[in-house]
Amino acid sequence: MTADPILRIEALRKDFPTNNGTVVEAVSEVTFPVSENDFVCIVGPSGCGKSTLLRMIAGLEAATAGTIVYRGEKISRPLKEIGMVFQEYSLLPWRNVLDNVALGPEFLGAPRAERETKATEYLRLVGMEDFSRAFPHELSGGMRQRVAIVRALANDPDVLLMDEPFGALDAHTRILLQKELLRIWERHRKTILFVTHGVDEAIYLADRIMIMSARPGRILDVIDVDMERPRLRAHPSYGPLAERILAILEREAAASFRDTARTRHREG
Amino acid sequence: MIRTILVRVAVYLLVPCLFLAFWAFMAGHVNNQVILPGVGQVAGLFTEPTENLIAMGSLSRNIAVSLVRVLAGYLLAVCLAVPLGVLMGYYGTVFRLLNGFLALFRPIPPLAWVPLVLAWFGVASLATLFNVEKGTAYLYLNNLKFSMVFIIFIGAFYPILTSTIHGVMSVRGTLLDSARVLGASERDIFRKILLPASSPSIINGMRIGLGVAWMCLVSAEMLPGSLSGVGYLITHAYTLARTDIVVAGMISIGVVGAILDLFFRIIEDRKFAWTRLTR
Repeated sequence: MTADPILRIEALRKDFPTNNGTVVEAVSEVTFPVSENDFVCIVGPSGCGKSTLLRMIAGLEAATAGTIVYRGEKISRPLKEIGMVFQEYSLLPWRNVLDNVALGPEFLGAPRAERETKATEYLRLVGMEDFSRAFPHELSGGMRQRVAIVRALANDPDVLLMDEPFGALDAHTRILLQKELLRIWERHRKTILFVTHGVDEAIYLADRIMIMSARPGRILDVIDVDMERPRLRAHPSYGPLAERILAILEREAAASFRDTARTRHREG
Repeated sequence: MIRTILVRVAVYLLVPCLFLAFWAFMAGHVNNQVILPGVGQVAGLFTEPTENLIAMGSLSRNIAVSLVRVLAGYLLAVCLAVPLGVLMGYYGTVFRLLNGFLALFRPIPPLAWVPLVLAWFGVASLATLFNVEKGTAYLYLNNLKFSMVFIIFIGAFYPILTSTIHGVMSVRGTLLDSARVLGASERDIFRKILLPASSPSIINGMRIGLGVAWMCLVSAEMLPGSLSGVGYLITHAYTLARTDIVVAGMISIGVVGAILDLFFRIIEDRKFAWTRLTR
C-alpha cells in the first residue's frame, strides 16, 4: 500500500425510504481505500447492504452522503473503467454469447469486426470460444457466469465489482470458477471488489477481507490474508482464519438479534 | 409418420365437421332460408367470390376494403400505443401522469364513441382530406372514413398500450443495470435492451389489438356514409333478408381474423423462442 489507492470510499451512507414513511439506513459511514491490483472481498450477513455498497460504487445508485473517489476523481455515474458482474440473469437472452460479450464495445462505439474479434479473444480466455453462437438458455449456470465475467472484461476495466457472482452455482462449479477467476486476475491484474457471504470463498480469493455488520452495514473488521496462492484449503492458517471470521459474524448476528428483539419489545 | 400426420389432421377437422353436420341437419329441420340458410347455399357464395352480390360488389372486394380500413386504424394505434407504452413503462413520472387519465377511457366500448365521432368527422374521409372528388382515386380514398378509422383505432389502442407497459415494466432490472455499467446511453437502453426485452409482450398486445380492431369493424361499417366492406355487406344483406350472405360475411370475418392471428403466432414462435426457454 505504497501508491495512491485506485478507489477511495469515504463516509459513504445510503438511506432507503420505506413504505410507512420512515427511513432505513442500509449503509452507514463506510470508509476504506482499495489499492491497485488488490483482490478485496466483502463478507457479511444477507441484507447488510454489501450489494448496495457495490451498486453505489458502480454508479447505479446515488449515495445519500459521502464520496467515491476513483483515481483522484469523484464519481457518481457508471464509468467504463469500473465493470460489474451480477449474481445471475444478466445476459441478454435474445443475443448469443458472442453478441453478449461484444455488448460493452458496442455501447462504446467499436465497429462490428473489432468488437467481435475482441469478444472471441475474451471467450477464448475462459475456454468458451466454441459456444459463441450458443444462446444463454443453452448454457449451464457456470458457463453463463463465465460469459458474464468476460463480458465485463471486454470493456477492459481497471476495477471489477463482483456481486456474489458464484452465489447461484453448485458447490463444485463454484470452486472451479473461483480458480478460474484467480487465473484471470493474476494474468490481467485487475482490482477486484468481490461481495460474498461465503467465508470460505473470501479466504480462498482475497488479499484482504472486509467484514460488514448487519444492517445498517458498517465495516467491523479488515483482515489481511497472507497465504500464498494457489491456496490450499488444508493450509494450517486456513481453518483458524475461517474460525476467526465466523466468530466475528456470529457475535454480530447475536447482537443484531438482541437489538431487533429489544426494539420489537419497546414498540409492542 | 404419415399416419401421425393423418391423425393430427383428423383431430383438427373433427369438431368443424361435426359442426357443419349439425348446421346442415338444423337447416333441413328448420327449412326456412331466412332463419337458417343451408350449408350448400352459403358454400355456393364462396365458390364464386368475385361475383357481384346484391349490387354491392363482390365478396372478395368487400373483404379487401374492410381489411384496408382495419389496417389503417390498427397501424395508427400501433404507432401511438407502442412508443407511449414504452415511455409509460420506463418513466414512473410519465406513468403516474397519464395512467389515471387513460384508465378513464379504457372501459368505454368503442361503439359508445359513435355519436361523438359522427359529430366530429361526419362522413369525411381521406378523399375529403386530399380534396379528391371523382375518379378511381375518390372511390378508394372515400372508403377510408375518419369515423371508422377512429372506432377501430380506439378498439386496438388499449390492448397494445397495456401489454407494452406491462412488457417494459417487467424487464429484469439486472439487464438494465448491466447495460448501464457496460456504458449504455439512454438511447442504447431503449433500442437494445427495453425494446427487445419487451417485444414478446408488445407483439402479444398487437395480436390482441388486431383481434379487437377486426371485431370493431362491423360496428364501424354500420356508420352512416358507409357503402362497402364486409360489415356493411352484412347489415345490407340483413335488410334484404339475404341471411345466406350474412352468414358468408360472418365466415369471411372469422377466417380473415384467424389468418391474421396465425401470422402473429408464427412470429411469436420464430422470433421469441428464448422467452419459453429462459426459465
